[in-house]
Amino acid sequence: MIELENVAYSYGGGELLSDLSLSLSPGSFHFLTGPSGAGKTTLLKLCYGALVPTSGQVRLFGQDRRTMERDDIAMARRRIGVVHQDCKFLDHLSVSDNIALPLMVSGRDLLNEAANLKELIGWVGLRERAGALPPELSGGERQRAALARAVIMSPDVVLADEPTGNVDWEMSQRLLRLLIELNHMGKTIMIATHDLALIRAAKSQVQARVLRIASRRLQLAGADL
Amino acid sequence: MKLDLSPVTGFLLADAQADRVVPPTGFTAWLTLFSAAAMGFLAVFALALSLATGRLADRWGNELARSSTIRISAPEGQMAAQTQAALRLLETTSGVASARALSSEEEAALLAPWFGPDLPIDQLPIPQLIEVVEDGAGFDAEGLRLRLAAEVPGAVLDDHTRWRRPLVRAADRLRLLGWVSLVLIGAAVAAMITLAANAALAANSQLISVLRLVGARDTFIARAFVRRFTLRALGGAALGVMLGCLAVLMLPGAEPEGGFLTGLGFQGWHWLWPLVIPPLAAVVAFFATRTAAHKTLKDMP
Repeated sequence: MIELENVAYSYGGGELLSDLSLSLSPGSFHFLTGPSGAGKTTLLKLCYGALVPTSGQVRLFGQDRRTMERDDIAMARRRIGVVHQDCKFLDHLSVSDNIALPLMVSGRDLLNEAANLKELIGWVGLRERAGALPPELSGGERQRAALARAVIMSPDVVLADEPTGNVDWEMSQRLLRLLIELNHMGKTIMIATHDLALIRAAKSQVQARVLRIASRRLQLAGADL
Repeated sequence: MKLDLSPVTGFLLADAQADRVVPPTGFTAWLTLFSAAAMGFLAVFALALSLATGRLADRWGNELARSSTIRISAPEGQMAAQTQAALRLLETTSGVASARALSSEEEAALLAPWFGPDLPIDQLPIPQLIEVVEDGAGFDAEGLRLRLAAEVPGAVLDDHTRWRRPLVRAADRLRLLGWVSLVLIGAAVAAMITLAANAALAANSQLISVLRLVGARDTFIARAFVRRFTLRALGGAALGVMLGCLAVLMLPGAEPEGGFLTGLGFQGWHWLWPLVIPPLAAVVAFFATRTAAHKTLKDMP
């Protein structure tokens, strides 16, 4: 689905990632870990086509990122749900509208999707807060709303960047359970996190591979976790 | 270049979904509306000027070209005889449709704007005027002058060309200026809308990046802005045109004595012309915003 082949990426001067290969196959569950600033967010951005690799090849659903037009990227994004670290909501729209935003921009009929939307809002436990504006939400509520928005299009892949960054342990457990549930429904999941406890908690519930970025390269972390 | 109309139809058919994702903006929206209204107002006057001077040029070009005057200055005793001689001569001149000596009342009316209505015209040595109307072919002015000089020594032929030409030229020039003003107003609307759209796009760059992240295509994002600015230009221009037409209506009516200044306005079906301005402003805004949006979006990740 998403393949990286000998990918390198550099910001201005120094190389951040080099000679990195990764293949996200359908139904897989990956954790991406590493120290702050190691390039976790950059790697995720490469995966959803926001960045073009400095060298090497990124393929989204079989298409080379370099040959993709802007509209191709938009189409690929509809198949990739992303939970951003800072959520990125439109503050003038209600939580419910923000969650429905991917439907809106892809021209789906919102009336037809109303039942799905309601069910999804219930699933992330935001039924009471659906009419609120994003700035009125707590950290955990924002993360759950971001997750709901990431999956509303029923994407093939869900990428989450520090989804438990601003929330307490109980909430992070809840978010993790939602992501695992999605994986059981067949979605490919990749979670970037530096929270090792979260990874340990997940390992008992799901077959997860843990990737670690260290000294610009991607390593498969062993059983030491 | 072939004009692609699909964006226009897409725009007209689009629902308001794209519109909702861009937050409402209070102050700048009013500025755009105001500018469009001001331009609409000015466009009405430029249009009125062009049409009125056009009418004027046509009138001077046609009516006056068909008429000339013969002025007879003679001692009192000979005036009637010379007038008769001139009229006889004109009857035998080819190219003259009709000739008529102006009555003293008509001459008094001609002088009234300058001397007032109570001029004792009978006591003044006023020359006799003969109005000559040409037929389609027209007469040979030089030949007529020579014959008049031989037979009616006190007669002077004035075929009006001397003062008509510069007037027609001035009217034509004014009309051209009117059209140039209209084009400039259109260009100013395009520039104003482009600036406003660029400002809006820059102010909403965060929003645009979110929309891109959730899979919005550039056309969707552009449409949200294009729709907004097109409607603002349409509404503003409509308001301005309405006020402009009211102002034109309140101008003093065209009167024969007033010359061309009071003739500024619309006549008959020309009142339909101002209705063209708001849609035209909308079209200009549509393409200006669309160009600005696609240019901005191309440079965004």
